[in-house]
Order: sequence, then structure tokens, then C-alpha cells
Amino acid sequence: MRQAAPDIVIDVAGLTKTFGARTVVKNLTLQVRRGQIYGFLGPNGSGKTTTIRMLCGLLTPDGGSGTCLGYDIRTQSRLIKPRVGYMTQRFSLYQDLSIRENLEFVGRVFGLADPRGAASEAIDRLGLRGREDQLAGELSGGWKQRLALGACILPRPDLLLLDEPTAGVDPKARRDFWNEIHGLSAEGLTVLVSTHYMDEAERCHEIAYIAYGELLAHGPVEDVVRGAGLSTWRVSGEDLRALAQALAKQPGLELVAPFGASLHVGGRDHAAVEAAIAPWRSDPRYVWRADEPTLEDVFIDLMNRKRDDFGDDAP
Amino acid sequence: MSLLPARARGALSRFYAMLMKELIQLGRDRVTLATMVSVPLMQLFLFGFAINTTPRDLPTAVLLQENTDVGRSILAALRNTAFFDIRKVATSEAEVESLLRSGAVLFAVEIPAGFERALRRGETPAMLVSADATDPVAAGSALAALEGVVHSALSRDRVTGVSPPAQPAFEIRQHRRFNPAGSSQLNIVPGLLGTILTMTMLIFTALSVTREVERGTMESLLAMPIRPLEIMLGKIAPYVVVGFLQATLIISAGVFVFGVPMLGSLALLAALSTLFIAANLSIGYTFSTLAQNQLQAVQMAMMFFLPNILLSGFMFPFAGMPVWAQWIGECLPLTHYIRIVRGIMLKGSDLADLQQDGLWLAGLMLIAMTIAVRRFRQTLD
Repeated sequence: MRQAAPDIVIDVAGLTKTFGARTVVKNLTLQVRRGQIYGFLGPNGSGKTTTIRMLCGLLTPDGGSGTCLGYDIRTQSRLIKPRVGYMTQRFSLYQDLSIRENLEFVGRVFGLADPRGAASEAIDRLGLRGREDQLAGELSGGWKQRLALGACILPRPDLLLLDEPTAGVDPKARRDFWNEIHGLSAEGLTVLVSTHYMDEAERCHEIAYIAYGELLAHGPVEDVVRGAGLSTWRVSGEDLRALAQALAKQPGLELVAPFGASLHVGGRDHAAVEAAIAPWRSDPRYVWRADEPTLEDVFIDLMNRKRDDFGDDAP
Repeated sequence: MSLLPARARGALSRFYAMLMKELIQLGRDRVTLATMVSVPLMQLFLFGFAINTTPRDLPTAVLLQENTDVGRSILAALRNTAFFDIRKVATSEAEVESLLRSGAVLFAVEIPAGFERALRRGETPAMLVSADATDPVAAGSALAALEGVVHSALSRDRVTGVSPPAQPAFEIRQHRRFNPAGSSQLNIVPGLLGTILTMTMLIFTALSVTREVERGTMESLLAMPIRPLEIMLGKIAPYVVVGFLQATLIISAGVFVFGVPMLGSLALLAALSTLFIAANLSIGYTFSTLAQNQLQAVQMAMMFFLPNILLSGFMFPFAGMPVWAQWIGECLPLTHYIRIVRGIMLKGSDLADLQQDGLWLAGLMLIAMTIAVRRFRQTLD
């Protein structure tokens, strides 16, 4: 029975997963609307993969509930699977099968009426015509990723779950990949994509930031940045290394990070930041400029804050 | 249109997907493919020719205490057989003793003084035979063979006018039914057929699930709408064909090279062989669902293979085992298959005779399949 509103594709609340004594995902609540590209960000081991696996029925949640495409993720994974394309972090097509054989296999498993025709179409769309008999294991990283995406969308799913699809892929291939994702989203496909890259996060309609298994922030990128309430300054000049060391000792500054030829400095309390940098503001060696915080600033700040809280949280 | 045919069509499509995938992967795995043909043939020829429980060229010493025609004709008869290789004509009992003790000969035949005369009088004299029984199989068969040799030597010995002894002084030779020539190949070839099939079939499927896990393809497979039963049948089916080809190869070699007769129905043998192959594949597949990695799966297969060899009646006579061991033997597919092959090829048994063994095989296969489908982990938990 479909319970959620039709335009909410993923609707989960309180998702929790523990492996032994380790809680990998803690009380996670998430809503993804139809046709959205939803970015899933967070450091390594933050629980992104575990969450995605719970959504497509590969892992059973220890707590919480929810629906994916209107089906209960606990009891109806059999109905979810035919409508979801899941691209694993590690290449998981058959390396000893050719491109065409892999695609035909997927087509048959999903029960397509014409798996050969579908595979042939996908080969054209992927630009692999002429190479379709090459073994998947012989492809370069970028092509493997394209093929994996091609296999995922072959059965025309309603939802794509992509787990770090662009890890280890060159910038050109990354850009092509994202263009493809946007094209699919325009056709009404919902995409949940996990990534490490900030530039990719900014190409998503909405993002969720997860660290230590908890959802720390979510929403459109601008909202997440604004919601963090960081005031930041960019300073350039000579001997920034010494300045960075001095600033790091100042109270009121949560963020001191070199950024190319400049230094990015900031904190949550506007007045405290002003006070902290005051001693160097008039120094002629430095040029100070009020700056917008970047998404990376926000994430690092969120993560630090979470880490500080961690001790207090302990029972 | 009802729901059921659509569901059945879906299941068939997914089974077919798996089957085609496995066939392609099998075809691309040249080493495995070569192994499938070469290993059975190699094993068959190696063991078929090497394992021989009938003695040949047993080093033998002879001590003639009298110089008579009877003694000489026995000696000649021994020389003429392939069983004995007369290395030494000894002159004293002490010499015979030392030859046996040192291992220079495994067998000694002594014709005592007055043998011919006693024979003429019909007194059934004793002919002394000493065998090195450290190899009981060789000694037993040689003792049995010797009697026949002497018996026929004396029958042919018309010149002496001696009638053959009505009751020989030594053990009565066993009457070997179904294997009148005492040829080991007749026993070895059916046994090897079962052993080779067990070994190769177990290993093929024992690796199949763990391989997907280790190569990382399992995660994708589990996220797709395919059921454990469809995966299992799709993985087993191609190897049934492979096993059938192997069986054909071995049976042909057995008949044409080793001269094993085919008294029963070839079709029945083919049908029951297919059942046996499927049973072993199912057991191997079960190991694959239980093991964490490929190495563990192979170890499990080997652990299962060993009792198959020892307790199935291939290496040691089944009836000679204690009852508890016979029960373990009954639970092994090879035990039943050896009975089936011996029955069909050597005795001309029909389905009615082999019904029970066939049911055992089907039962074992279904048990293994049930465990495998239940144990198959559908999640990564």
C-alpha cells in the first residue's frame, strides 16, 4: 500500500543501524521529493552507504521506519527493488562479461520485454557502439562508471541511488556524468547521490550533511550555508603561515584555513570574530575582506561542532 | 490475464538471465574449462591403470623337495602366469625363510618330498605356500590365484597319469561373480566415475556464491529483483550439462578403453547420473551459501569429499564397515551412485532394483537445496 504523498519518493524517520556495538546511523530522518537531485554528503564512515543500503533493502534498519517509492522499507523491499537503480561504490558489474552481456543480464533480471533491444539502445546512449563486446573489466574507471550508470537506468527505475559514483573519475568524466544526471532528473527521475566533492554538492537541488551517523544539516545549498550562521573573512598578504598560527590561538575563531594565496577565517559569533581579528586588521601587511562562507567551511564547522558535542552526548 | 503466469514468466526470465550469465562466464574461464575435460580423463587413466588389486609379477621363491614331473609342471605353470615372477629356486627351508624375511620375495611355494607319490595315492598332500601378508590384498588375491594355477597344471599333466585332486589341500578359490577375470578395472571405473563427478561438481558450485561476494558483484545482484531460488537454479543448471559431458567422457573411456561392460540401460544410467550430478551441485552450492570466502568453501567441499571416498564402498567394502559407518555412508550421494553404476553396468539392474538409491539421491538433493535457499543471505546484514 502506498502511504506517502506521491511527490515524496523517500520518506524515512528515525532510521538507526548498529553493527555490533557501533551505531553507524543514528535516528536519521530524510525526505526526498520526486524529480530532485538530492546530495548526500559527509566524511568517510559517516553512514552514507549504510543509509543507502537501508533504503534499497540491502540492510534491515534496527530502528525507525519509512517508505521508499511509497513502499515500506522494512517489509516491502521486494516491491522496491524492481523500481530502484542502485549504483554501488565499488564497480559491481561482471568483469568477465562484455558490456552488452552485462546490460542484457540486467535487462533479463528486471524482466524487460526485450532485453537485447534495451541493451542495444543503452549502448548507443552511452556512446559505446563498436565497443560493446569489450569485457567490462577492461574498461577505464570513467567508462566503468558510465556503464554502471547505464546498467542502473536500463530498467527505467523511478529512483536512482548512487553511492559515490564519481570517486576516482577524472574531471571531464565527472562533468559528463553530472550532465547526464541532470538530464535524467529533468525526465522526472529522482536521484539520491552521495559524494565527497563540494562542487558536486552545489549541483544538487538539495543536500543533506551527515557525520557520525547523524544528519547535521539539510536543505538547498544556500539555506544550509546561511543556516550555519558563519561570519568569515578572507585575508591575504605576506607570511600567512605565522598569521594562521597566531589566529588559531584566538578565542572566537572556529575556522582558520589556508585557501590558495589567502587565508579563510571565521566563526559563529560575529562580534567575537571581529574582536579576534582586530589586532591584525590595521596591520599594513594584510588585506582583509569580508567573505561569504563556502559549503566546505560550513561542513567542517558542523563536523567540529559535532565532535565537540560528542563527549557531552555520552551516557 | 491472471497474476500467476506473469509472475512465472518473471521468474523464468530471471532464471534465464542467471543461466546465460553463468554460461558466458564459464565459457570465458579457459582454465576451468580445460580442467573439466583433462582432470577426469587424467584421473581415470592414472587410477584406472595404476590401481590394481590383482597381483602381477609377485616376486616368488620356489622350493622343490623332490625332483618329479608334478613338481616341474607346477613350476612351469607358475612361470607361465603373469601373477608370479619366480626369482629364486631355493634349496633349503632356511633360504626360503630368509628370502621372505628380507622382502626379496613376497611369496614362496614349497613342494614337499613325496608330493607326487601321495598325489598318486589320492592322499591330498599339502603344498606349502607362504605369503608376505603385510600387503593383505595382494597376498589374498595371490593365494586365491595360485590354487587355480596348480589345479589346472595338474589337470593338463596327463603324462603322469595323475588325476587332479578332488579336494585341494589349500583354500578354495572364491568364485568371483560379475568379475570372473578378477579385473580391478571393473570395480575401479564405476567408482572413479562417481568420485570424479563428486569432486568436480562440489568445487564448481562451492565457489559460485562466495565468488560473487568476493568480487563485489553480490551487492548489485541483491539489489536487483531476483530471488534466491532463481539464483541457485541459474547457477546449478549450466554445471549439470558440464557434469553430464564429464560422465559421458568417463563412461565411454570405461567401456572402450577399460572394457567395462554395459549390461543395463544406458538411458537409465544417464538419468540417474544427472540426478547424482544435480545432488552434488546442490550440496556444493549449500557450502557456498554457508562459507565466508572461497577458501572456506573449498575446505568444506574437501571435508565432505573425504567420507565420500572412504565410506561409500569405493575404497573399502561397504558390508565390512560397522553399522554406524554404514549409516553415514547411506547419507552420502556417492554410496548410492556407486551401487547404481555397478548395478547398471555390471549386473544389468533396472529401475526397480535401483529405486531406493534413486530416491536417496533425490532426497539428498532436495535437502541440500532447501538449506541453500533458506541460508542464502538476501541482505548484507
